[in-house]
Amino acid sequence: MARVIGDVILDLQNISLSFGGVKALTNISFDVREGEIRAIIGPNGAGKSSMLNVINGVYHPQQGRIVFRGQERRRMNPHEAAAQGIARTFQNIALFKGMTVLDNIMTGRNLMMRRNFLWNALYWGPSRREEIAHRKRVEEIIDFLEIQNIRKTPVGRLPYGLQKRVELARALAAEPSLLLLDEPMAGMNVEEKQDMCRFILDVNEQLGTTIVLIEHDMGVVMDISDRVVVLDYGRKIGDGPPDEVRNDPVVIEAYLGAGH
Amino acid sequence: MIYREAGQFKASYEADQQIFPIKQDRIVMAALVAAAFLVAPWAASEYWLQAVLTPVLVFALAALGLNLLTGYAGQLSLGTGAFMAVGAYATYNFLLRLDGLPFLVGLVLGGLSAAAVGVVFGLPSLRIKGFYLAMATLAAQFFIVWALTKFPWFSNYSSSGIITAQRIEILGFAFDTPARKYLLTLVIVSLLALAAKNLARTNTGRSWMAVRDMDVAAEVIGIPLMKTKLLAFAVSSFYCGIAGGLYAYTYLGTVEADGFGLDLSFKILFMIIIGGMGSVLGAFLGAAFILLLPVGLNVLMHTSVGALVPATLASNLELIVFGVLIIFFLIVEPHGLTRLWQIGKEKLRLWPFPH
Repeated sequence: MARVIGDVILDLQNISLSFGGVKALTNISFDVREGEIRAIIGPNGAGKSSMLNVINGVYHPQQGRIVFRGQERRRMNPHEAAAQGIARTFQNIALFKGMTVLDNIMTGRNLMMRRNFLWNALYWGPSRREEIAHRKRVEEIIDFLEIQNIRKTPVGRLPYGLQKRVELARALAAEPSLLLLDEPMAGMNVEEKQDMCRFILDVNEQLGTTIVLIEHDMGVVMDISDRVVVLDYGRKIGDGPPDEVRNDPVVIEAYLGAGH
Repeated sequence: MIYREAGQFKASYEADQQIFPIKQDRIVMAALVAAAFLVAPWAASEYWLQAVLTPVLVFALAALGLNLLTGYAGQLSLGTGAFMAVGAYATYNFLLRLDGLPFLVGLVLGGLSAAAVGVVFGLPSLRIKGFYLAMATLAAQFFIVWALTKFPWFSNYSSSGIITAQRIEILGFAFDTPARKYLLTLVIVSLLALAAKNLARTNTGRSWMAVRDMDVAAEVIGIPLMKTKLLAFAVSSFYCGIAGGLYAYTYLGTVEADGFGLDLSFKILFMIIIGGMGSVLGAFLGAAFILLLPVGLNVLMHTSVGALVPATLASNLELIVFGVLIIFFLIVEPHGLTRLWQIGKEKLRLWPFPH
């Protein structure tokens, strides 16, 4: 399927965020177009994760506008962002450790489940049909990410690489239009990275999901992303296609260090 | 070789999502339920029905209520006794003051009153967690028992503060013998246990466990924390309230507010620690274990083994055994008897082969 990059769906304008006297983000603007893979890179402490936290409402910026799908907002709670179709994964895996893989992914669909607890207590008629219908969709995601053999395993018992994949599955279960990935390949070996790259590209191409990702592996970022934003000390110092960013002297100076 | 699921294929998600997906489990469970309903009321003596089986069921229900809140939703509570007291006193007052109110309606209204009180004392959970939340529920424990003693209206101005349960009559049928009371308790507890299992395996239970395991991630995937926590408090307190009603009506017959003190809350907390946090089965195992242990020790003391133990030690043996067991479970097996049972089943699947 040919990829189609559409209009801007997320526009961040002059975002500033500070914690007390510490400025995490200063006057940052960039946009994300529908269907693209947008990377955010930068040295440690550059404000990349803070940026994602601003987008899905965990942090509230002191200044700036966020326009998502034509709607402007200043503050939003995380679950409102989820309801609008923004899903994410975390840098340090944030799975529900006591639950099985299947239950974790099912939890990702909670916003689409309409039956209240009284129906659920009966587990009869509509409630049962709803569970089965969502189970079917979850099984499709399990097939997509090739984790069939571990679906009944408690997440806490899985190795790191698989936990990352389950977290991606849980985010996909919400059928998001915008997917935020915070270092999806951190701590993985080459083979696991290749798998994860393939899954990210498959999600983008086959499901048409717009992806914003933070990643430190430059090879990966340059290979899979359409456009790259570069942050340093909470300021934007570069923005554009990978080739352009790679050759930008300011970016090389800040990120790769002098002498490269 | 006996406990093996080879050859049991699931052809639909419905079959895969049933409560007991393994056939052997279903057979054992059906046999247990049949024994509880058909054999026990006739085979067991009045003493066993009244002083052992009925309280095991009542405490299992209270432990189940606490387990929904603490084991599933991760909110520690020390107010279980108080919520039971609300259930018992509210049921008593509804039946007393509304003439001709059916018993079951009074019991449910008692449960709903406990749920309402539970939600009020659950409000601090929106801001505090863990030990600090336990302190807030401890306040509920002391406040409610104090209020029930302080205002004689609750006990209908009885001079001793004791309430005496009215006769239980459902559709003209009187539940007045231990066997009948046991059966009534068994029906109510079975239905509520089934409902709890259903809650646990559907979206409601998953939301609770998500909040327990990682509340930030839960919020990010769209679970409203406030609603989920308060629902856990409401459902849990409802269960405790019904358990309190049964405690007064089918078990003891007469209760006073002081009987619902902190000791009772701790007893139920121990039940879910020993039985297993976050498991419906654990509530039953824990309640049965803690209530049967003194009975078992007593029997043991009257055999030849008991003669070897000095009398001064024998009187304290129960406390010693409890203390040791609590420490043992907290250190060695925090998931309690349920986990031991699961390990046993996994071993049994392979038996007689080592791998």
